[in-house]
Amino acid sequence: MEFQELLMRLQSYWHSQGCLIAQPYDVEKGAGTMNPASYFRALGPEPWRVAYVEPSRRPADARYGENPNRVYQHHQFQVIIKPSPDDIIDVYLASLAELGIKAEEHDIRFVEDNWEAPTLGAWGMGWEVWLDGMEITQFTYFQQVGGFECSPVSVEITYGTERIAMALQGVDSVYDLRFGGGVTYGHVFHRAEVEHSIYSFEEADVDMLLNLFSIYEREATRALDRGLVLPAYDWVLKCSHMFNILEARGAISVTERTGFITRVRTLARKCAKAYIDQREEAGHPLLAVNWRGGTDR
Amino acid sequence: MTADARRDLLFEIGVEEVPSRFLGGLLDDLARQAAVLLEESHLPSGEMAVYGTPRRLTLYVKDLAGRQPDRVTKSRGPAAKIAFSADGQPTKAAQGFARGQGVGVEELQVQPVDGVDYVFAVKQVGGRPASELLPELLPRLVQSLNLPKAMRWGSLSLKFIRPIRWLVALYGDQVVPFQLEGIVSGRTSLGHRTLHPGEVTIATAGDYFETMRRASVIVDQAERRQLIAAGAEQLAGGVGGGARVKLDDELLDEVNNMVEWPTPFLGHFAEEYLAVPGEVLETTMKVHQRYFPVVAADGRLLPYFIGVRNGSTQHLATVVAGNEKVLRARLADARFFWDEDRKTALADKVEALSYIVFHEKLGTLLDKAERLEKLVGEISARTPGEGGQAGLAIRAAHLAKADQTTHMVYEFPELQGVMGREYALVAGEAPETATALYEQYLPRYYGDALPESFAGTVLSLADRLDSLVGFFGIGIQPTGSADPYGQRRQALGIIAILAQARVRIPLGLRELLSLAYRGYGGRLERGEEETIGAILEFIRGRLENTLREAGFTYDTVQAVLAAGYNRPADVFERCRQLTAFRGTPEFAEVYAAYGRVANIAQKAASHRYNPALFVHEAEGELHTALERVAAAAHRLRAHGDYQAAWRELATLRAPIDRLFESVMIMEKEESVKENRLALTKYLTNLFTAEADWGMLTVAGE
Repeated sequence: MEFQELLMRLQSYWHSQGCLIAQPYDVEKGAGTMNPASYFRALGPEPWRVAYVEPSRRPADARYGENPNRVYQHHQFQVIIKPSPDDIIDVYLASLAELGIKAEEHDIRFVEDNWEAPTLGAWGMGWEVWLDGMEITQFTYFQQVGGFECSPVSVEITYGTERIAMALQGVDSVYDLRFGGGVTYGHVFHRAEVEHSIYSFEEADVDMLLNLFSIYEREATRALDRGLVLPAYDWVLKCSHMFNILEARGAISVTERTGFITRVRTLARKCAKAYIDQREEAGHPLLAVNWRGGTDR
Repeated sequence: MTADARRDLLFEIGVEEVPSRFLGGLLDDLARQAAVLLEESHLPSGEMAVYGTPRRLTLYVKDLAGRQPDRVTKSRGPAAKIAFSADGQPTKAAQGFARGQGVGVEELQVQPVDGVDYVFAVKQVGGRPASELLPELLPRLVQSLNLPKAMRWGSLSLKFIRPIRWLVALYGDQVVPFQLEGIVSGRTSLGHRTLHPGEVTIATAGDYFETMRRASVIVDQAERRQLIAAGAEQLAGGVGGGARVKLDDELLDEVNNMVEWPTPFLGHFAEEYLAVPGEVLETTMKVHQRYFPVVAADGRLLPYFIGVRNGSTQHLATVVAGNEKVLRARLADARFFWDEDRKTALADKVEALSYIVFHEKLGTLLDKAERLEKLVGEISARTPGEGGQAGLAIRAAHLAKADQTTHMVYEFPELQGVMGREYALVAGEAPETATALYEQYLPRYYGDALPESFAGTVLSLADRLDSLVGFFGIGIQPTGSADPYGQRRQALGIIAILAQARVRIPLGLRELLSLAYRGYGGRLERGEEETIGAILEFIRGRLENTLREAGFTYDTVQAVLAAGYNRPADVFERCRQLTAFRGTPEFAEVYAAYGRVANIAQKAASHRYNPALFVHEAEGELHTALERVAAAAHRLRAHGDYQAAWRELATLRAPIDRLFESVMIMEKEESVKENRLALTKYLTNLFTAEADWGMLTVAGE
C-alpha cells in the first residue's frame, strides 16, 4: 500500500464513521493535538468528530536524513471524537483491518501510556498501541485541556502513519517508503530533512528566535485582550515552534526550559478560557447539530 | 433448590486494558473491599478469590448464603413506671414506643437494667435474601475500590482505572440486576479481543472459568504465569548449550498482566550487538519491549530473547518477525549511543555537568561533583588503613556524575552508574574508580547490596550526605508520605553503609553531616545546627524502623536509641547484645539496681560525689565496688563487649540494695543528701551508656 493510499484509506474510513475530514492547520506545530480542531474542540459540552492528517515538526528529532526512523517532520493521522464512543477500540481495530492489518494475524497490545502536553496544560489517560512490539498509535481519553476538565471526554487517536506504512511495505527505512507511483518518501522529504536538521542544530539564529518568541508572546496577549482567540492561538503555536527550535539548538538550559514551558502554557490556558466563554455566549451551536446528517432531532 | 440454598457468586468487571502495573494491586483491593462488604451484609460464604486479566477484574465467592440468618433485636423503651399506670395499664408513652417499634403494646416485655425496670420491644427480624442485598452491594463494591489512577470517559461522571464496558453479575444462574450510570449488569462477557471477538454468555457462575477458556481467556493469573514461565524455559532450553531464560519476577508479572491467552516465542538478534554492554541490551529488551533475555550456562548474554504474544500460535512467524525488527531498531539506537558516547573520554564530559541543574538553589551537577571530591577527600583522610585508595576515591568523585551527560543515560536513566563504570573502563580509568562509579548508587533500595570497595563506599556515603544536607538546608524534607526527592531512601542508605558496609567509616553521623554542610560554603538557607538537628531527628526515625524490621523489640530499640545513635553500627551492636543479655540471669540484677537509683538520681544536681562526706559504711562499700566495676566496665566497653560490662554492673546490685536499706538518701543534713544524690547520679550514668534501662518493659512488672 502506498503511503498516500494509507492516508486516504484512513480518511475514508473515519469519514464513514461520521467524522469531518479536516485539513492540516497551516501553522507549524509539534503534534496534531495542537490543531485548533483538536485543542479547542475538546473543550466544552459540544460534540465533535473530526479526522485529519497533521504534518508535525519536531526539530529535536531531526537526524540529517540519516536515521531510518526519526525525522524532523512526520505525519500524524489524528482522530478526535467527543464524547468517546463505547465501542471505540473495536472501531479503531476495524480501521487497522481497513489498512490490511488483521488483528488475528498479529499481536496487538494496549500498553499503558498516559499522554501529557505540558505546553498545552493538557493530559489524558490511555495507551500506546503495539503492533508486534512496535508502537503504531497513541490512544488517549482527554481528561484536561488548557487546564480545564474535559466533560464530556474526547478520545484522541493518533496514528504514526510512517511507522504503519513501513510495517505494511516491509521496508526498514522511512526514506524507502513508496509514497505514490515510483516516488519514494525520500524523494519527497529527504532534502527537507537534511536542511532542517542543519538549520535546527547548527544555523538557527538564537537571538532572533528568542526575540521572536517574545514578540509572538506579546502579540498573543494583545490579541487575547481584544477577544481574538484564534489569532491569539496562532501566535501561541508560533511561540511553541520557536521554543522547539531553540531547544534543539541547545540554547535552553534545564532551568530556563521550565520557564519557557510555563510561558507557553499560560497563554494556551488563556486561549482555552476565552474559547470556552465564547462558545458559551454563542449558545453551544453544535449541541443542536445532527452529526449523521439527515433531519435534525 | 430452595431460595435459601447457597450458591456461588460471580462478579466480572469488564474494562478496557488495565495498566499492567496496577492489576495486582487492584485485585488485592477488590478482595479486601469485597470481604468488608460481605461481612457487613451478614451473608455467610465459603472461599472467596479474585482473578484478573487486562480486560477483567473478577470476584468469585463460593457458597454464598441465600439469606441472612434471622436475628432477634431488642430495643429499650421508657422505664416501666412511666410505661404503665399504677393499675398496670399501658400509658401513652408505652403505646407510642410500641407503635414506633412496630410491635403490639401487649408484646412489650419488662426487664431490669441496673435495678430499674424498663420496657423492651423484642423482635424476630427475618434475614433479607441475597437476591435483595447483592444488587446494592455490587455497585458499592465497584465504587469502593481504591484507584491508583482514576479516569473519566464518554459522558459519565463515573471514575475507574480504565473505561468499564460490561458487568457480569451472577448469583448461581440468576443475574444480579443493577446498573452503574447506564452500564447494566448481565450474563454477557466478552472473549479474547482477537481469538474470540464478540459476546460470551455465562449460563451460571460455576461455568465461568470454562466458558471463558472456550472464548480464549485464561482468567486465572496464576495459571497464565505458570504457562509463561514453563513455555519460556522450554524455548530457552531449545537454544541448547545449557541456555536459560532470565525470568525476573517483576517482568513476569507485568507480562502476565498484559495477556489473556499467552504464547511465549523465541526471537533472535544479530550477534554483533553483543559488543554493547550486557546491561544496556537487557534494559533495552526488558524496559522497552518486555522481553526476557536468554543467557548461556555461564550467565553470558546470548543473541536471543523471549517475548510473549497475547494470542495463539497462529501466524506466530509474523509476530516474531515484527518483534525482531523492532528490537533491531532499538539495539541499533543503543549501539549508536554507545559509539557516540565513547567519542570523548568520560573525564572530558565533566565540564558539561555545568549545564545540568541539580537543584535551582543547590547549583549544577558540576557544583555537586566538586563538593563530592572535597567531601570524599575529607572522609578518606579520616578513614585509616585503606592504603592509597583515597586518590582513587577522589577521582571517582570527580567523575561521579559525568555519565549524566551521555546519550545512553539520557535514554535509559536506570543505567546511571552502570554507564559511568563502562565508560570509565573504556577511557582507561583505574578499575577501582570504575567500580566506585557503579557502587555510588548502592544500595538502590532497602535491603539492596552495599558497596564493597573503599572508593565506592565513601562515594556512596558522600553523595547521600551531600543531597540530604543540601535539601534539608533549603527547607526541603519529607512530609507525611510525600518524599519527592527520595530522602528516606538516602537516609536508609547512610544507615546501611555506616552500620553494615564491609568498609568501616570511623566517623559519627554528626561529624559527617557537619563536613557535608561545610561543603556548601554558606550556600544553604538554614544554619548548620538547625539543619543537622533536623536530619538527625529524621535519621532517628529511619533507624527506628530499620531496627524494628531487623526484629528487635520496640522497647529494646527505644532504650538503645535513648542512649544515643551517632554511630549506627554501634546502635545495631547494642541492640544485638541487649537482646541477648535480656535472656540472662544478670539482666534482672542490672534492671533492679538501675531501677533503684534512676528515679531518685533525677533530683541530683551533680554526679560528682565526695567519699570524705560518707557517714555510713554502706556508702563506702558501694564506693569501693563502684570504683572496681567502673574501671572494668570502661575497659570492656572500649572493646565493645557490652554484655561483659553489664555483668560487671550486675555485681553492684547488692551494695546498692544495702545502701538503700541502711540509709535515707534524702537525709536532713544537706551536704550528706547532696552527696548521696550525686552517688546515685554517678551510678545512673554508669548504667546508661548503651541503653536507658528504664525504658525496657519486663514481664511481671
